[in-house]
Amino acid sequence: MIKVHFFAILREQAGRDHWQGPLLEKANPKSLYDSLAREFGFSLTSKDLQVAVNDEFVDWNFSLQEGDEVVFIPPVAGG
Amino acid sequence: MLKKESFDFELTRAPIDEKGLRAMCADPASGGYVSFEGWVRNHSEGQQVTRLEYEAYDALALKEGRKILREALEKFGVAQIVCRHFVGPLNIGEMAVFVGVSSGHRGEAFAACRYVIDEVKHRVPIWKKEFYLNGDSGWVRCERCAEGHDHSH
Repeated sequence: MIKVHFFAILREQAGRDHWQGPLLEKANPKSLYDSLAREFGFSLTSKDLQVAVNDEFVDWNFSLQEGDEVVFIPPVAGG
Repeated sequence: MLKKESFDFELTRAPIDEKGLRAMCADPASGGYVSFEGWVRNHSEGQQVTRLEYEAYDALALKEGRKILREALEKFGVAQIVCRHFVGPLNIGEMAVFVGVSSGHRGEAFAACRYVIDEVKHRVPIWKKEFYLNGDSGWVRCERCAEGHDHSH
């Protein structure tokens, strides 16, 4: 299983703060986001986002492993 | 008091204590202290704002915030840097973020303080939701992405 945490606009659009699902073959953050975006109707595309796995920024083609925790990061606006 | 050449970055869900943070930067070898405070203002992109909410991805925000402070120490050779970012709801005029820097001389203190706030705003996974006088609300920088704005991420 892999777990995805949702924040901010993604959390609101998904209607939940996390999602869990099976790790599909050759899954990467891009394929995962594209399928979740379809499922939840996200307005942002992966071009608009950054992604972190296990609390580290990674590339969109990062090889996901069993047990990974993924966060899709909308445009940040701190400060 | 922080020990020589150190940094302290935390998120807080309680009001930022800028006096306490300034005291943390006290250092007998430092001749200069520079601080920045980010306040909630009542307007944004032509709209009147009534309040804000900040949300954070804590684990990565702490990692990235601490990384930024370490970078600033290295780049500018200052003595101590503290940074606090508030998470949660804020009203107009309240403090969202604090940066304090002490150093031997003022030049590097100003530069390090500027660097820290600029990098925090650009890199740390914290999001801001604005609430407008007309009853609308929106996540800053997120609501118009689908319209094809140019981003550099």
